Amino acid sequence: MNKNKEQLLNKRYKAEQRFRLYGLSAIFMALLFLTIFIFKIFSTGYSAFQKTWLIVPVTFDAELMMLDQNPSKEDLQDADYYDIALKSMADLDPNANEDQENELKRMVSYFFEKEIKNELLNDPNLIGKTKEVYLTASDDLDQVFKGNYPRDLPEDQRRVSDYQLKIFDQLVANGKVESKFNISFFTNADSREAELAGIASSFMGSIFSILVCLMIAFPVAVLAAIYLEEFAPKNRFTDFIEVNINNLAAVPSIVFGLLGLGVLLAIFQLPRSTPLVGGITLSLMTLPTIIIAARASLKAVPPSIREAALAMGASRMQTTMHHTVPLSMPGTLSGTIIGLAQALGETAPLILIGMVAFVNTIPGSPMDPAASLPVQIYIWAESAERGFVEKVSACIMVLLGFLIMMNLFAQIIRHKFEKKWS
Amino acid sequence: MIKIKAKDVDVFYGKKQALFNISLDIEENQVTALIGPSGCGKSTFLRCLNRMNDVIDICNVKGEILINDFNINDKSCDVVRLREKIGMVFQKPNPFPKTLYENVSYGPTIHGMAQSKQEMDEIVETSLKKAALWEEVKDRLHEPGTGLSGGQQQRLCIARAISVRPEVILMDEPCSALDPIATAQIEELIDELKKEHTIIIVTHSMAQAARVSQNTGFFHLGQLIEHGSTDKIFKNPDNKKTQDYITGRFG
Repeated sequence: MNKNKEQLLNKRYKAEQRFRLYGLSAIFMALLFLTIFIFKIFSTGYSAFQKTWLIVPVTFDAELMMLDQNPSKEDLQDADYYDIALKSMADLDPNANEDQENELKRMVSYFFEKEIKNELLNDPNLIGKTKEVYLTASDDLDQVFKGNYPRDLPEDQRRVSDYQLKIFDQLVANGKVESKFNISFFTNADSREAELAGIASSFMGSIFSILVCLMIAFPVAVLAAIYLEEFAPKNRFTDFIEVNINNLAAVPSIVFGLLGLGVLLAIFQLPRSTPLVGGITLSLMTLPTIIIAARASLKAVPPSIREAALAMGASRMQTTMHHTVPLSMPGTLSGTIIGLAQALGETAPLILIGMVAFVNTIPGSPMDPAASLPVQIYIWAESAERGFVEKVSACIMVLLGFLIMMNLFAQIIRHKFEKKWS
Repeated sequence: MIKIKAKDVDVFYGKKQALFNISLDIEENQVTALIGPSGCGKSTFLRCLNRMNDVIDICNVKGEILINDFNINDKSCDVVRLREKIGMVFQKPNPFPKTLYENVSYGPTIHGMAQSKQEMDEIVETSLKKAALWEEVKDRLHEPGTGLSGGQQQRLCIARAISVRPEVILMDEPCSALDPIATAQIEELIDELKKEHTIIIVTHSMAQAARVSQNTGFFHLGQLIEHGSTDKIFKNPDNKKTQDYITGRFG
């Protein structure tokens, strides 16, 4: 009898130990995947925050720029910079033939003319003088400098020619190549050229979409939740509504995208590719999430508080607005932020309403065309150029950082403002 | 003088009848205790008096309840006005998760009883004094009410209830969550309050009923078995069931 009991006890201990082991290994697996994922993104993406510059001496020859004596500001604006830009690149190799001069030109971004122009606009006294100017290296050379480029491929399989590599190596040896923090990644809109592409448009697009989404979804959802929880009679009809709200939360997001396409664009003729339409579409998706969170936190307010207020002679409306809703706000807000974070990472519905279009301007309002961060990731991941690979990871890093901040904020609200009732 | 007159009150929860034909008169400025075993309907009856049963969807109240000769079950009765006149203290202390001051000033604020900050301060002070809480909390009026001890919280709830000068105060087992010392304080307080208010108290403790009340009603299975002066009910009840309950033979 006693022996039997001991066996049982041992068994119980062993079962508990096994269970702990399962739990630990599950957590270990999850952490491992997460680490691999983050390591992969960081190791590919961190280099996108550096940008390679070629330092090229530029002679600001007034004649080549078609400038008169004492040019005005407007003259400088309208001057022709193409020739001096071309010339300064060609001068890197005095013996270059015409083809080679062309190759030299392609070592920098097509933006080089503008970079030279800006230099002169900043300092008009440069006319007639020579100055070393920082020019954005082409995306391929950028990758060469970062060591990501397969230099040992046969020449006909590379986009960088042997000649370009030779000149580039000379520049590196002379210290005329520099790597600096890539500001333009944050200030530029998208571009077909990897070295110039930035996330400003998609970042602003995401912000505007989320704001539109918040402004529509939050009030509607909170009002719906308050009505359903505090005022609606409990009957079949409200049960039916409740079931449908829960179903709505489970509808695949692409369906909402189709709705946006069919209703907002086709019927209401709202402007295509804009954060306005994106935000409205996302708000449909976020709505059930917020309603569910708000109802849950309204339910969590103890009935004794409602009774206390009602017994004091507060009307139902006063009870709700003075007590129940303020007490439920922390939960509602953190639910809202989590819903918005979901919306922020949403891609499919935005692709359907045209936010996947190539946008090379930074939107100033929700009515301007824009991309969004996840869609930008999708667009870049589709591009063939090597320079976009690191951009994809960098953009993911920005998006993840954004999401982590939002979730952290939700946590803080939840912990800080949660009321403790006796 | 009779303050509240209940006539043939029936209460249903859905199809289940919880109170049968209750008729009871409640004297002004006296304490009336409602006693009886759990589930006998005494709390349900109490909640009829300020129409708190309205909150429960499936609850249905029939019959007449006259307060100052006005039937509160009439359609023309406004529950907000009614509850302003009939305060309530619950079983578990339920202060708002706000400051002490806000707890007490809430009623006067929503009913527009104070014209100035000064007047409000006065109301808060007198209410807390009447609830015998002022001395303990006067230095921390702006701290949360939920930080008080259980007994203090209950007195805060009493202060909150009397802040709007109700004519009647309903107390639903106000001491069941409190220790004996806090209970004694509340009982003393009830004795004091009856000078200005009519008090109806539901209690599980027969000793408490005997101590604080002048009249007692005994409920059993949804029926009012017997009611009368506390002395009579406890010393010489007419009904056998009352006798059995009082002497502890059931319940």
